[in-house]
Amino acid sequence: MAPTVALAGNPNAGKTTLFNELTGSRQHVGNYPGVTVEKKEGTYVRDGFRLHIVDLPGTYSLTAYSLEEVVARDFLVNQKPEVVINIVDASNLDRNLYLAVQFLEMGIPICIALNMIDVAKKRGIKVNAEKLSSLLGVPVIPTVARTGKGKKELMDNAFQIIHEHQQLNPLKISYGADIDPVLVEMEKEIAQNHFLTDIYRARWIALKYMENDEQILTLGRKTDADLSGRLEDQVNKVSRHLQNTLETYPEAVIADQRYGYINSIMKQGVVHHKYDRNRLYSSDRIDKVLTNRFLGPLIMLAVIAGLYHFTFTYSKLPVGWLESFFGWLASTLSTVMPEGLLQSLIVSGIIDGVGGVLGFVPLIMFMFFGIAILEDSGYLARVAFMLDRIFRLFGLHGSSVMAFIVSGGIAGGCAVPGVMATRTLKSPRERLATLLTVPFMNCGAKLPVFALLIATFFAKYEAVIMFLITLGAWGGALLVAKLLRITVIKGAATPFVMELPPYRMPTFKGLAIHTWERTWQYIKKAGTVILGLSIVLWAMMTFPGLPDSTVAEFAKLRQDEMSRVPAGIVAQLEASHEDTALSDPARNLKERLQRIDAAEAEAGLRYSIAGRMGSALEAVSKWAGFDWRTNIALVGGFAAKEVVVSTLGTAYSLGAVDPEETDSLSATLARDPAWSPLMAVGLIVFTMFYSPCFVSVICISRESGSWKWGVFAMAFNTVLAFALAVFIFQIGSILGLLVK
Amino acid sequence: MRINLRNMLDNQVGTIASIKVSGELGRRIRDMGLVPGIEIKIQGRAPLYDPVAVRVRGATLTLRNNEADYIEVEVE
Ligand SMILES: Nc1nc2c(ncn2[C@@H]2O[C@H](COP(=O)(O)OP(=O)(O)O)[C@@H](O)[C@H]2O)c(=O)[nH]1
Repeated sequence: MAPTVALAGNPNAGKTTLFNELTGSRQHVGNYPGVTVEKKEGTYVRDGFRLHIVDLPGTYSLTAYSLEEVVARDFLVNQKPEVVINIVDASNLDRNLYLAVQFLEMGIPICIALNMIDVAKKRGIKVNAEKLSSLLGVPVIPTVARTGKGKKELMDNAFQIIHEHQQLNPLKISYGADIDPVLVEMEKEIAQNHFLTDIYRARWIALKYMENDEQILTLGRKTDADLSGRLEDQVNKVSRHLQNTLETYPEAVIADQRYGYINSIMKQGVVHHKYDRNRLYSSDRIDKVLTNRFLGPLIMLAVIAGLYHFTFTYSKLPVGWLESFFGWLASTLSTVMPEGLLQSLIVSGIIDGVGGVLGFVPLIMFMFFGIAILEDSGYLARVAFMLDRIFRLFGLHGSSVMAFIVSGGIAGGCAVPGVMATRTLKSPRERLATLLTVPFMNCGAKLPVFALLIATFFAKYEAVIMFLITLGAWGGALLVAKLLRITVIKGAATPFVMELPPYRMPTFKGLAIHTWERTWQYIKKAGTVILGLSIVLWAMMTFPGLPDSTVAEFAKLRQDEMSRVPAGIVAQLEASHEDTALSDPARNLKERLQRIDAAEAEAGLRYSIAGRMGSALEAVSKWAGFDWRTNIALVGGFAAKEVVVSTLGTAYSLGAVDPEETDSLSATLARDPAWSPLMAVGLIVFTMFYSPCFVSVICISRESGSWKWGVFAMAFNTVLAFALAVFIFQIGSILGLLVK
Repeated sequence: MRINLRNMLDNQVGTIASIKVSGELGRRIRDMGLVPGIEIKIQGRAPLYDPVAVRVRGATLTLRNNEADYIEVEVE
């Protein structure tokens, strides 16, 4: 097997850029086992040698603070890569070396890529790579990942480490008179008992105990509770002493000493600053405007509106192409295949279902592209910075805003890319709360439902009602987020401490790779599951078919109609195509026949499993004023919210209704005594809040790493929506509001 | 004079005197390079005055006010 090289480094040091530079197109993205952290792997080939390159998640440290850190550390320990390339940002050297020092403490063979030397130079920072290399005892190679400069020399050094099987003696730093002697004692005890030493080095284990490292402590207690207890006692003694004398903690002292060690290296002529370190660069001057108290929010609104416009306007054309393609495919297959169950399965089940999913692809690509620009340029971090105060009130994070906007925070988005946009959120609890509440936003597919109901019952107040619906969605989502954060996703806010990276011009290559890998994951995973579910939903609305006797009755009705007119007219109709002009009697006959077809479709739908569910649900749904027709439509809406309108059409014997042309359905609803403005309000609210469509549910399950959350979203949202609809309908009925 | 980071003014410069927090938050603060003895400068605040942006070691970090509370700074 090819030797493994791991890439590690702080976020924004240029790790992804270097990875792309090394592997080109020979890469693929997956997940680390059991977690949702992305794992990128690729192959580097030179002179017939192949290296397996793994991109570790970007981290600042190797404490088990975040999921990313645990993943990175576990990989280093379990997979034992032959060499780790540590990418450090030369313009930010001391902070970046904090991670490097921790690799050295672990005794991991590293090779340092001193990246962004172009940026450093511009800032008047000169780094002496040879000096740094001799002081740290590892190769240090200046690079510019963006242009590929230094790549060859970097890999030369990596190859050398691999071929010579170089081993590194772990770096020993002095952590001061209080900690050092205890550490030595603990190390001895650990070594004598072979405590976890098959995995880690004894001194490192002692150090992690001293640092109160959650993961190592848990492992230690499981392995040898007795010894672990003794070690913890020793640590506690030091800890108490430090708190009493210096008001500090062992982990703080250790961190201080690491920085002290870095400082002592830097002072030996490694860096030379031409200017004051904290002077402002052009990036900071941009920030003075973009995060200005007044201009900042205005510009942010404009940028968000721009992203939105970009995504949903420019994706219309390719979405349209895909729709026409699938429409063409469906109609072609309908003509070449004999009518029957197989045709219905392929056309109504598979093509409509899978086509619906693939139809999202251009939308998702555009959205990811837009977000990649904001992310790679550094603007997204500023958005999080500006909005954090508001979102924190509801237990969320400043970065949550993107996901809400994309999902339909300005009516007309889509929850699928919205759910996937939560990837930019690094705080696990805040992220989960965000991805469970974004489906409340008014996605484009809910709009036809609202449009129909508003046109039917509140035609005069269209704008006001749409505004209230948007407001209601935000209010509902934020309040539910808060509710979740104090119940099922309880837990303190994840620390916000983060970096505002300098603004950088994104590279097209970087954006393209970012966009494509996320889009491809969507196509691959969503595509397979959705194929299965489309078939299930199709079956539910098709089986059992009407009994033969009923089918015969409808056939007879058709026969009767045809026998009532002269044979010539029937022949004219049968010979006609879709757009042949018909004589009046023939058109008349056609309409009557269509009405019978529609009635048969209604009967068929009612007789199917979905229809029976709809009827059975009436017992409950009557509390909200919904009859079986509405129920089926809502069940169908689980497939995709657009289906609500077309299914209502079928249920009202209008044949499938085009969501864009609902005049006749609107007139029917207005006449139907079962419908009232009050019920319409209830239905609007229900549509806003009930179960996300199944594509969203699948994405939620995937992004949260568990089916549990997908099921939770379906159940919780539906119960919530129903409770609200019942509340509105019952209170309204008692008060006599909005009746016909 | 020692004051809380939260109470520093925009563009004010100071040296971190102590960070009195352990656990996840403390670790996170230290991982980002905020340790006693380091010079910091307040770069600005978000439109709602929270979080705060701090210039440290040539980079810009952001902290919520309730996180900045744990950091004491020696100022002129
Ligand atoms: N000027 C310059 N920019 C770089 C260099 N390496 C990466 N970048 C840019 O820095 C930004 C962050 O890089 P990225 O690879 O995404 O960082 P990661 O978070 O470590 O994966 C991107 O906009 C890159 O184009 C470099 O050596 N010089």
